[in-house]
Amino acid sequence: MDLHLKIWRQKDKSTEGKLVNYDLKELNSHMSFLEMLDTLNEKLITEGEEPVEFDHDCREGICGQCGMMINGLAHGPLENTTTCQLHLRSFKDGETIVIEPFRAEAFPIKRDLKVDRSAFDRIISSGGFVSVNTGQAPDATAIAVTHQVAEEAFDSAACIGCGACVATCKNASAALFTSAKISHMALLPQGKEERSERVLKMVRQMDKELFGHCSNTEACEVECPQGISVLNIARMNYEYSRAMFFGKK
Amino acid sequence: MLDSKIPQGPLEQKWTNYKKTAKLVNPANRKKLDVIVVGTGLAGSSIAASLGEMGYHVKSFCFQDSPRRAHSVAAQGGVNAAKNYKNDGDSVYRMFVDTLKGGDFRAREANVYRMAECSLNLIDQAVAQGVPFGREYGGYLNNRSFGGVQVSRTFYARGQTGQQLLLGAYQALMRQVGKNTVQLFSRHEMLDLVIIDGKARGIIVRNLDTGEIERHSAHAVVLATGGYGKIYYLSTLAMGCNGSAIWRAHKKGALMASPSWIQVHPTSLPQSGDYQSKLTLMSESLRNDGRIWVPLKENETRPSNDIPENERDYYLERRYPAFGNLAPRDISSRAAKERIDTGFGIGPLKNAVYLDFSKAIREQGKEKIQEKYGNLFDMYLKITGYDAYKEPMMISPSAHFSMGGLWVDYELMTTIPGLFALGEANFADHGANRLGANSLLQASVDGYFIAPYTIANYLSNEIHTGKISTEDPAFEKAENAVKQQIEDLINIKGTKTVDHYHKTLGKLLYDYCGLARNKEGLKYAIEEIQKLKAEFYKNVRVSGHGNNMNTELEKAGRVADYFEIGELMCYDALTRNESCGAHFREEYQTPDGEALRNDSEFQFISAWAWTGENQEPELIKEPLVFEEIQPTVRSYK
Ligand SMILES: Cc1cc2nc3c(=O)[nH]c(=O)nc-3n(C[C@H](O)[C@H](O)[C@H](O)COP(=O)(O)OP(=O)(O)OC[C@H]3O[C@@H](n4cnc5c(N)ncnc54)[C@H](O)[C@@H]3O)c2cc1C
Ligand code: SF4
Ligand code: FES
Repeated sequence: MDLHLKIWRQKDKSTEGKLVNYDLKELNSHMSFLEMLDTLNEKLITEGEEPVEFDHDCREGICGQCGMMINGLAHGPLENTTTCQLHLRSFKDGETIVIEPFRAEAFPIKRDLKVDRSAFDRIISSGGFVSVNTGQAPDATAIAVTHQVAEEAFDSAACIGCGACVATCKNASAALFTSAKISHMALLPQGKEERSERVLKMVRQMDKELFGHCSNTEACEVECPQGISVLNIARMNYEYSRAMFFGKK
Repeated sequence: MLDSKIPQGPLEQKWTNYKKTAKLVNPANRKKLDVIVVGTGLAGSSIAASLGEMGYHVKSFCFQDSPRRAHSVAAQGGVNAAKNYKNDGDSVYRMFVDTLKGGDFRAREANVYRMAECSLNLIDQAVAQGVPFGREYGGYLNNRSFGGVQVSRTFYARGQTGQQLLLGAYQALMRQVGKNTVQLFSRHEMLDLVIIDGKARGIIVRNLDTGEIERHSAHAVVLATGGYGKIYYLSTLAMGCNGSAIWRAHKKGALMASPSWIQVHPTSLPQSGDYQSKLTLMSESLRNDGRIWVPLKENETRPSNDIPENERDYYLERRYPAFGNLAPRDISSRAAKERIDTGFGIGPLKNAVYLDFSKAIREQGKEKIQEKYGNLFDMYLKITGYDAYKEPMMISPSAHFSMGGLWVDYELMTTIPGLFALGEANFADHGANRLGANSLLQASVDGYFIAPYTIANYLSNEIHTGKISTEDPAFEKAENAVKQQIEDLINIKGTKTVDHYHKTLGKLLYDYCGLARNKEGLKYAIEEIQKLKAEFYKNVRVSGHGNNMNTELEKAGRVADYFEIGELMCYDALTRNESCGAHFREEYQTPDGEALRNDSEFQFISAWAWTGENQEPELIKEPLVFEEIQPTVRSYK
C-alpha cells in the first residue's frame, strides 16, 4: 500500500518545528507502524537526509516508550493499543497520516517525535512506592489479599507510563497516570500505611510539574493503551479528600 | 588462574558461611563510597536501590528515557521460587537440582544452590513492595508450573510479571532518588570502562539527548546491562538491548564466559517479512494448555481447522511423552526447527508450527482460557490479525536469552577488581540452558540479596581510598578513544545503513551459530563476520553528527561491538566439541537426534580473554566440580 505522511520535524527543544511531507510506496499491510517509520528512515538515510527521531524500545506494547499522535489520536486509531502494536492494516491505501509528538507543557519536545516524560519519574519519586527496605520482608502469604483485590490492584498497576493520557487531555492532566499508581498502592494492604502521605505528595508533585487539572472529560481512558479506568481518578480524589480531612489516620 | 571463590563447607551452608564472614562497611563510611550501577532492569534497579538504602552514594544509568522501561519490563511468564505453597514436594534442593539439570550440568553448583535459596526471599520482598501477584480466592499466593518443571513454583502477575517486578524495583529506586542517595542518569549510554591501577574506577558515558561525553568515577562499577540476544537482529528482545557495555569491559580485561550459549525460545511469533524488526514472544505459559503440532503431510495447503486429528503430528507429545508440550525450551525449539526444515512448517513462509487451544477451550471453556491468557490472545490478534480462539496460533523459534556474559566469581565480581556483573549480563547460574522463570529470579536476587553483601565486602577495603578523580589520565584516554570512535563512524559516510549490517550479521548467526552448529559452518561464519565487519568500516552510513541526539550513531556503536561478539560466539561454539543445552553441535548427537554431551572433556566453563583486534581470543577454562549431584544424561522421553 502507499501512504502520504506528514511528520513533525523539530531539531531541538528551542527550534521551531513544522510538518514535513513524505511519501512511501508499496508497503506491506502487515508492517507495524514503527516498522513503517524504520522503512522511511532507511530511505532518508540512504538519500543523505537525517532520519526521524522517535522513541521506542520493546515493540511489544509493554515498555511505554513509544507513543505519538497519529491523525490527532494518541497511539493512533485502535483502542487500547500502543503505537508499536498498531499495524498498517488499520489504514487505507493512499491515506494521508499526520504524525506529531505527544504535546504537553510538562513533556517538552526533545527532537522530532521524542518528548521528555521524566516528570512521571519525579511523580513516582515523590511517593509512588511502599517504603520497605531490601532484606527481611515478612512471608509473602502472611497477609492474605483476596483474589479480587489483587486483580483490582493489578488493573491499576498495569499502567505503562506512556503519557498518552496527558497528550490526549485538553488540560494536559496527569491524573490518570498518577491515580493509577495511587489506587494500586492504596488497594493493597502493603501500601495502605502510607496512603495519605502518598496521595498528598504525588498530587503536589503533579501540580509542580505543570500538568493541568482534571476536568473529567474522560478522554484519557479512551486513549489509554492499558485501558486504565477513570475510576482511578475518583479513587485518587477520595484518597486526597480523606488525607486532607483525616490526615495520616 | 581463575578463582571462583566458592566458599568452603557443605552446599547448604556456603552462602550462610559467606555472609557470616563477609566484611562490612560502617554506616558512617558508606557515604564516602561511590558506586556506579549501569542498567536499571531488575538487576540494576534492585542493587542501586539496595545500596542507596544502605547509605552508599550511587549513580544509576540507563539508555531508556526512564528506568521503568528497562527490558525486564517485557518478561511475561513468571518468576520461580521454591516456596512449596502448593505442597507438591518443592524445596530449595529440588529447585537446585532442576536448575542444574536444566542447564545440562554446565553451571556452578554453589551459585545455582544460592539462587534457589534466595528465591524464597524474593517473593516476600516483591509482595512487600506491592507487586500484585496472582492470588487464590482465599487470598493466598497462587503459582503454576512452567517451562518443563513438574512442580508449581512459578509466581506470576497475569502475563506481565516482569513489568510488575520491575515496577517494584523501579519504585524502590525512585524512592532513593527522592532521598538523594541515588543520582539518576537516564538516556545515558556507557561507552567505556575506566581502569586505574588495575581496578574498575569509572565509566565514560554519552548523554543521548545532547551528545555530550561525560566522565563518572566510583569505587566500584556494577554492570547490569542485560543480554545481547539482539545480536541476531530478529529476536524477542527490545530494540535497544545490546552487548556493548560488557563488551567494552571485556576489551579492558574482563573475561567473557560461554558467549555462544543463547537460548532460542520456542514460542515466538514467526517472521512475516524482511521489514520486520523483532519477533514477539508469546509467553511459554501457553504451552500449559496449548498443543503443538504440524500437519503429517508435507507441504500441506489446507487451513488448520480442516486438517483432521489423525493427520496432525503432535511431535512433542510423540517424541517426549513424559513432558510433551512442556518439554524444555532447547528441545522444543530444536524439534520445531527439525519439522520446519524437513518441510512440515506452516504459515505463509512455512516457518512456523501450530499452537492449538481447541482442546483446552473444549474442556475448560473459552472463559477460563480467556482469564488465563486473554492478554496474549489479544496481542496475537493485534500483531497478526488472526483470532486464536478460532484457529491455532502460529509460532516459531526465536533468539531470546543469552546464558553467556561476563565471567564472574561467586561474589559476582569479574576478573577486573571492583567490576561486578549482575543479571543477564553475567554468565552465572543458568549453565547451557535457562529454565523458564529463572532469569527474573536471577536478576532480582543478584541485586537484592547477593551483591549487597559481596560489593560491601569489596568496598570494605576502599574506605581510605578517597574520592576518585576524573582528571586521572585513564579517564582522559578512555574519553578520547570514545570520541575518536564516534568521529570515525560518522566520517565513513558510506552507502549502507546500520540496520543493513545488523540484519546481515543476524542472519549469519541464525544460520551458522543458532539452534544448530557445526565445525564447517562456524569457521565459515567467522570469516564472513570478519569480512562484513571490514565492509562496515568502509561503507556504513551514519547520518547526522556526534554532538546531538542521534539514534543511528547509537546503533552503529552497538553493531560495531556485535561483530566482535558474534565472532567470539563462533569461536566458543567451535571449541566445544559436544552438544549441551542450547549448544547443539550437529557432529555430536545420538542416533535418534538428541544432544550428546561429553563430560570427560568439556565439564568446564569457557572463559575468553581479549587478545587484540583481529586476533584469536584466548580460552581459559574453569573446571566444574560437582560435589552434590553427579551429572546424568538429560532425558525427557
Ligand atoms: C520477551 C521476554 C520475555 C521474558 N520472559 C521471562 C519470564 O517470563 N521469566 C523470566 O524469568 N525471564 C524472562 N525473560 C528474561 C528476563 O526478562 C531477563 O533475563 C531479565 O529481565 C534481565 O534483567 P537484567 O536486569 O539483567 O537486564 P535488563 O532488564 O535487560 O536491563 C538492562 C539495563 O541495562 C541498561 N543498559 C544496557 N546497556 C547499557 C549501556 N551501555 N549504558 C547504559 N545502560 C545500559 C538498559 O538501559 C537497561 O536499563 C524474558 C525476556 C524477554 C526478552
Ligand atoms: S494511564 Fe494509560 S495512557 Fe496514561 S501513562 Fe498509564 S498507560 Fe499510558
Ligand atoms: S515500544 Fe514499548 S510499548 Fe511500544
